[in-house]
Amino acid sequence: MKSSANPIKRVYLYLEEWFNLSFGKEWNPLYHLGPLTIFFFWIALISGLYLYIFFNTTVEHAHASLEKIVHGHVLGIGSLMRSLHRYASDAAIVTILLHVFREFSQDRYRGTRWYSWFTGIPTLWMVVLLGITGYWMVWDELALYISMSASHLLDALPVFSDSMARNFLPGNLSDRFSTLLAFLHLLGQPMFLVFMLWFHVKRLTHVEISAPKGLAIGCLIALTALSIYMPALSHAPVNLSKVPTEIHLDWFYLNIFPLLQYWSPGEIWLLVAGVTTFMLFMPWLPKKNEGLPAVVNLEHCNGCGQCVFDCPFDAISLQARTDGAKWKSEVIVHPELCAACGICTGSCPSSTPFRKKKEGGSLKTGIDMPELTLDTFKQQTDEVLGKLTGDNKIVAFGCKHGYDIEAFSAANVGTVHLFCTGMMPASLAEYALKNGADGVVVSGCRSGDCYYRFGNHWMDLRIHGERQPALRPRVDRERIKILGGAEVDGKKLHQQFALFHDSLAQKNTTPSPTTAKEVNHD
Amino acid sequence: MTKIPAVRYLLQAFNLFVFMALIAAFSAGPSVRQLDDGLAVITLAFGHAGQPVRACHVRTPDELAALAPNMRAPMDCPRERSTIKVELEMDGKIILDLTIPPPGAFKDQGVDVYQNVEVPVGRHEFTVRMNDNALVDGYTYTDSYTVDLAPAQLLFIDFNQRIGGFTFN
Repeated sequence: MKSSANPIKRVYLYLEEWFNLSFGKEWNPLYHLGPLTIFFFWIALISGLYLYIFFNTTVEHAHASLEKIVHGHVLGIGSLMRSLHRYASDAAIVTILLHVFREFSQDRYRGTRWYSWFTGIPTLWMVVLLGITGYWMVWDELALYISMSASHLLDALPVFSDSMARNFLPGNLSDRFSTLLAFLHLLGQPMFLVFMLWFHVKRLTHVEISAPKGLAIGCLIALTALSIYMPALSHAPVNLSKVPTEIHLDWFYLNIFPLLQYWSPGEIWLLVAGVTTFMLFMPWLPKKNEGLPAVVNLEHCNGCGQCVFDCPFDAISLQARTDGAKWKSEVIVHPELCAACGICTGSCPSSTPFRKKKEGGSLKTGIDMPELTLDTFKQQTDEVLGKLTGDNKIVAFGCKHGYDIEAFSAANVGTVHLFCTGMMPASLAEYALKNGADGVVVSGCRSGDCYYRFGNHWMDLRIHGERQPALRPRVDRERIKILGGAEVDGKKLHQQFALFHDSLAQKNTTPSPTTAKEVNHD
Repeated sequence: MTKIPAVRYLLQAFNLFVFMALIAAFSAGPSVRQLDDGLAVITLAFGHAGQPVRACHVRTPDELAALAPNMRAPMDCPRERSTIKVELEMDGKIILDLTIPPPGAFKDQGVDVYQNVEVPVGRHEFTVRMNDNALVDGYTYTDSYTVDLAPAQLLFIDFNQRIGGFTFN
């Protein structure tokens, strides 16, 4: 039995449920945090390009030129662009933090996923640095505050031979620094960020880049409304002979600086280094054992590549045939990338319980999980089918990360546990129906979400004949129920289960002329 | 296409409103107060290398002969620099007293000074003294300046060896 969700996960699940209620699973922002962040960067990029056309980056003219953009452009377009630039950047921090929270609360940062987590931390810092240089370029009182605070922090490091803070005192400020800032903010940091993002998603397949249109439009409308209602403003222009007294901070980016009023730069660096190190090594605190990786049975693999396409973690690739068989390619598993989800087993066209075994042998497929082979869970299905009694017999297939299907157990309901519902060949549902079950339930993670990214989605498509290897068209889909839910969704899932049970009961009293039970298989 | 119920649009609008409210709340606030009313700031900031810790010594012919031919420099000067001592006085009262040894493995590098002191606004006389020579007792540089400080004013005290003392900006 799985333990119930921990409090952090529970908070996430309720938040996710609320967004599912509000946006539906297609638009749920929590399912599109990466694409949403990229969308906000697009807004920041486009608005930033507009600002850059008119912006003077020199210390002397930066503030005045920005004021001219904000107050002098027709229809307030300059002000809108400036505000969108700021608020979209802030929104990106919110979505990034939610992204971190989501992966952490769902335990999707350890094991083979360490890489995405590990590369995500410096990416986050790069985003923060990009924001800091942006505020710095304005050369208002806030920029002076950043200058002094940042240079105090940098001076504490044994890197610069001369004090950086002295550069921001009367008579010392030069345009060379503003040129450096412009280069960093406009070119260096964004390019570096793109590279870091590429690294961040390098071990993932089917990476979603674009947020759903409706969600993106909604966010753009909201940001535009905020920009009009509360336009982003500058502080007073920089005056080196006056200390800025009251600073209106952007806490999304500049939150570290106020600590200088209480802590020494050394203590702040210790905090930053400590938090960063801790976060970098979280995937090993403790290390997660993914289980044994998938293995390829070459004699049953024709190198079709369906598992390569379906693997969410880029753990399978094709290579030239090595066994002299007539096929052009064969698949190879990269064990260090394998999350042991078993989705590849479900995607292999050879994975069918209808295959004949060699005498005394076991059911084989092209790619299999050593700790739960196709043969094993086919046998478990047979055992469950043999034990079912009463009317409306149901076999429930469930994954180990969604709602525990054991709760559905009854005399007429048997359960088979899989690593992921994507591991289940669609033909197994047909097999269960043909061998005594009146209905099949497939219960995975919440719809739209999957612990292994795509397992329940691929399975759903296979059942509906929209993805290979698909369930045959003649199988009665009304006898198959796909459920999706987390630990906290018991009540809702039991209601859906009961409805399905009732529909089976009704169906069994008025049998359809073409049910799977009547289908003959070769 | 599935028809989205109106209530869902309302919920979406509500969620986006909360999202924007969060951004509005933290994108330019809460504000941070750096300096209380009625205060100004004195910044003492400069970079300076102290004098050598001892005087250069003119090598005798015997000493030169004892050295390898390529090492026969007539003067023998120490690498180590003197510790910098700085004192800032306001209206006769010391408000900053620094003793900064020269950094570096051979103590041969210049020191960087950057210190802020918050002081009440109004008319004050500041005197800054520095000793940069271990061979001299007392101070090698002393300068004074009287200023009427306005709220939040920054008085920057720099040291410039070329002009031979401290400047008050």
